[in-house]
Amino acid sequence: MPEPFETQLDMTEALAPAAGGGGPMAASGTDALRGGGPPRTRRRMPWRREIRTGGLPGGRGLWSDAWHDLRRNPVFIVSALVILFLVTIAIWPQAIADGNPYQGNLAKAQEGPAPGHPFGYDLQGRDVYTRTVYGARASITVGICATAGAALLGSLLGGLAGFFGGWWDALLSRLADVFFGIPILLGGLVFLSVVTSGSVWPVVGFIVLLGWPQISRIARGSVVTVKQHDYVQAARALGAGSGRTLLRHIAPNAVAPVIVVATIALGTYIALEATLSFLGVGLKPPTVSWGIDISSASAQIRNAPHMLLWPAGALSVTVLAFIMLGDAVRDALDPRLR
Amino acid sequence: MPEQRVQSAESVLEVRDLAKLYPLTRGVLVKRRIGAVRAVDTVSFDLRRGETLGIVGESGCGKSTVARLLVNLERPTAGAIRYRGEDISRLSGRALSHVRRNIQMVFQDPYTSLNPRMTVGDIVGEPFEIHPEAAPKGDRRRRVQELLDVVGLNPEHINRYPHQFSGGQRQRVGIARGLALRPEVIVADEPVSALDVSVQAQVVNLMERLQDEFGLSYVFIAHDLSVVRHICDRVAVMYLGRFAETGTDTEIYEHPTHPYTQALLSAVPVPDPGARARRTRILLSGDVPSPADPPSGCRFRTRCWKARDRCAVDVPALAVPEAFRTTDGPAAHASACHFAEERVAVTPGLA
Amino acid sequence: MTRLLDVQDLRVEFRTRDGVAEALGGVSYAVDAGRTLAVLGESGSGKSVSAQAVMGILDSPPASVTGGQVLFHGRDLLTMSPRERRSVRGAAMAMIFQDALSALNPVLTVGAQLAEMYEVHRGTSRKDARARAVELMDRVRIPAAKARVDDYPHQFSGGMRQRIMIAMAIALEPELIIADEPTTALDVTVQAQVMDLLDELRREYAMGLILITHDLGVVADVADSIAVMYAGRIMETAPVQELYRRPAHPYTRGLLDSIPRVDHQGKELYAIKGLPPSLLSVPTGCPFHPRCPRAQEICRTERPPLYEVPDVTDTAAPGRASACHFWKDELDA
Repeated sequence: MPEPFETQLDMTEALAPAAGGGGPMAASGTDALRGGGPPRTRRRMPWRREIRTGGLPGGRGLWSDAWHDLRRNPVFIVSALVILFLVTIAIWPQAIADGNPYQGNLAKAQEGPAPGHPFGYDLQGRDVYTRTVYGARASITVGICATAGAALLGSLLGGLAGFFGGWWDALLSRLADVFFGIPILLGGLVFLSVVTSGSVWPVVGFIVLLGWPQISRIARGSVVTVKQHDYVQAARALGAGSGRTLLRHIAPNAVAPVIVVATIALGTYIALEATLSFLGVGLKPPTVSWGIDISSASAQIRNAPHMLLWPAGALSVTVLAFIMLGDAVRDALDPRLR
Repeated sequence: MPEQRVQSAESVLEVRDLAKLYPLTRGVLVKRRIGAVRAVDTVSFDLRRGETLGIVGESGCGKSTVARLLVNLERPTAGAIRYRGEDISRLSGRALSHVRRNIQMVFQDPYTSLNPRMTVGDIVGEPFEIHPEAAPKGDRRRRVQELLDVVGLNPEHINRYPHQFSGGQRQRVGIARGLALRPEVIVADEPVSALDVSVQAQVVNLMERLQDEFGLSYVFIAHDLSVVRHICDRVAVMYLGRFAETGTDTEIYEHPTHPYTQALLSAVPVPDPGARARRTRILLSGDVPSPADPPSGCRFRTRCWKARDRCAVDVPALAVPEAFRTTDGPAAHASACHFAEERVAVTPGLA
Repeated sequence: MTRLLDVQDLRVEFRTRDGVAEALGGVSYAVDAGRTLAVLGESGSGKSVSAQAVMGILDSPPASVTGGQVLFHGRDLLTMSPRERRSVRGAAMAMIFQDALSALNPVLTVGAQLAEMYEVHRGTSRKDARARAVELMDRVRIPAAKARVDDYPHQFSGGMRQRIMIAMAIALEPELIIADEPTTALDVTVQAQVMDLLDELRREYAMGLILITHDLGVVADVADSIAVMYAGRIMETAPVQELYRRPAHPYTRGLLDSIPRVDHQGKELYAIKGLPPSLLSVPTGCPFHPRCPRAQEICRTERPPLYEVPDVTDTAAPGRASACHFWKDELDA
């Protein structure tokens, strides 16, 4: 493209705020043939703007619009309630389970549901219900901490790369590619097999290490987009320094996509923890974790399927809830879908 | 009337041989230079105190780059921008910050030039935060409200967000931000082109009022020739990074001698259906060539109906053409064409 | 003679989270074969909505047509089956958009996109269709059409892309073309070329042309008649000469007066006070009354119908009408 710089500044398209995008109409009957293409989504926008520009109280801004959407979205409500419940029992498992997750009665090993023990017993005669409830803590802790860590590290590095560009950007992007290239399971088997601690932190650390590049890519792209907006230029023309420009003008406007990706990633991180624990390199007993329970139950799947069913079910519901939440947030934050 | 405006010969800005090249590179880690886009190529002009200089041209001609160079958003590849005699294009740190207070910018798109996450009060007050010496802390809120009042907004709306305003009101916010530090020069890059006709007039009037009130000098960049004629004292026509013709508004609009100016003026749709039959339009063929590979000699020659061999070799200087040098008429103004001549009645509606 | 297109009392609503926006509140306009009607309005006036409703390409939801008729050769498009409508839209009506780059498929060559028109609608063989595509590109004066037929949209400049859009629109020789701000994104010199081409093609094929625009200059250059829209309603319709000479609506006059003119230089521009209304709460009575210098009590309470304004000249264009209670005063002002 021989016109790289001026095009953006000299945009005359803005002349008509009520621009109509779309395909040539004669061709609309053949949309299917041309694979849809960009016109579909583009066409939705003008109306919003046309209606809004006239009406002053029309728009409310990204966040309040998103919140408005979310409150009406059943997917969001259901997933948020599930997550709220999970977080509650992660903090306070005694609330709904008064048993002891560590103590079992070997006499009852692998027995099915009984009064007071609706999920039955596991291999060592421990109450599956209690263990499932207590298992939430590990999953939620790993999910939230790993996401927070990956999001912070990723958006920091990605954001700086996007903002400063140049060799720093090139270096960081290559570095991210390197981490991207590591197969997660193989990496987990290698890195975590040397760890002897049974606590959640090595697992969290490992996920952050492999998770940040995904976030940093998003953050970088988002910052690069926002950086070009006129209000950032305006701040620079006023003489604002890098810190102010980045914190005041870019970060608040670039954070939305990061939040979306992070919420979806949270679900996958929980699943990843369970997978690693299942393989014996994640969390280790005596820590209570769905992954560990699934692992020990999988050998007994024929004679005691209930041992597998409940932790696996809890895991699926949790992962699903976070991914659905992420989906709902993404839809709400994407103005093109309104 | 333009003659009535205060027009001393004193120059606020002197721009000399300004050039901006953007290197074109290829490769990810090891960048290879494969050429350059000559966005602005040896442009010189003076901006006098209290006057409005219009820069018109089509997209890609480099007029926005000139604006960004003037407010130090970009560093020129060559040339000088002198403010009160001092070259500001190489300044940095404190000295640059001081100069920035005096040269401010108003942007084109009122929808993207205001940070959606900040209140109008924060936006207009940000200049004071960046330049704390401009207003004592306790005084800022009052100053911001004053500014909102000056640009015709309700000072009580200080806590509203940009999206609660219409396009025209947002442009007023942008102007208030530009005015906050009491600059001498405002560089306005297409300030009204994103606005509807009825609102456009309001903003143009506001800018003219503020100029009188605060003694501002404007560099007014636009592609709308009728607005430029209304607001500007002097006009520069730009094509592919160079000035094709400069002069007072009357000289440019009624006595253009550069073929590009003539074509541009003749192409402007005139809001007078009666003029349809009377006008002779010059329809240029083809598109503007790429600034990465501009034509040799005169930049306009590839689309010019007057082009001869000489145009491909000699770069025409921006000076009063020889034919008019002895005359004292309005045609005697700077025009970068070897074959500059007047053409009669190009635009009955505009002229 | 029957009208080519006759839009009568068209109403469109948009459901938004903030309520129902009345995007079109009873819009009527008509265009004859071989004539150009300009629909003029600012952003939010509903000019583009009306075009999309006529074409049947409104996104619904959120939009829905709640009333009125769109008569094409006397047949109401709104009551046709989707299949019938598609065939009319494909062959007899075509639309040109402002943003040609997003309207063209970026992964297909322009030749393929042009040829597809013939293959799909006419069943032309691939080879013939390609030849027709080159012909079309020649027709819209794209230099070296034969060499460029296999180029992709991004390889063309803005003006050339708009020519390709025009080529697609005229490919099936439609009777009506709706051009929605076709030159707004283009530079003046290119705009002149494109408008010139459109005008020439309209004459050559005797097509009706509806030009949706905000630019009073473009309208004056090419239109035969004009419909001025504001807040989803028609304010005034008139032959173009008449409208510029003697507007019969205060809004039209305000628009015309806001254009910078030479004899006004150095003076304040006339500016219509206030802002266009939100379509969510269009003012009662005449929608323009809060901004109108002529407003009286009746303007607040009673919505003015489209009063017929007698023709002063004997032009063949459709007659004049004004939605102002005081059109007589305005005309004589």
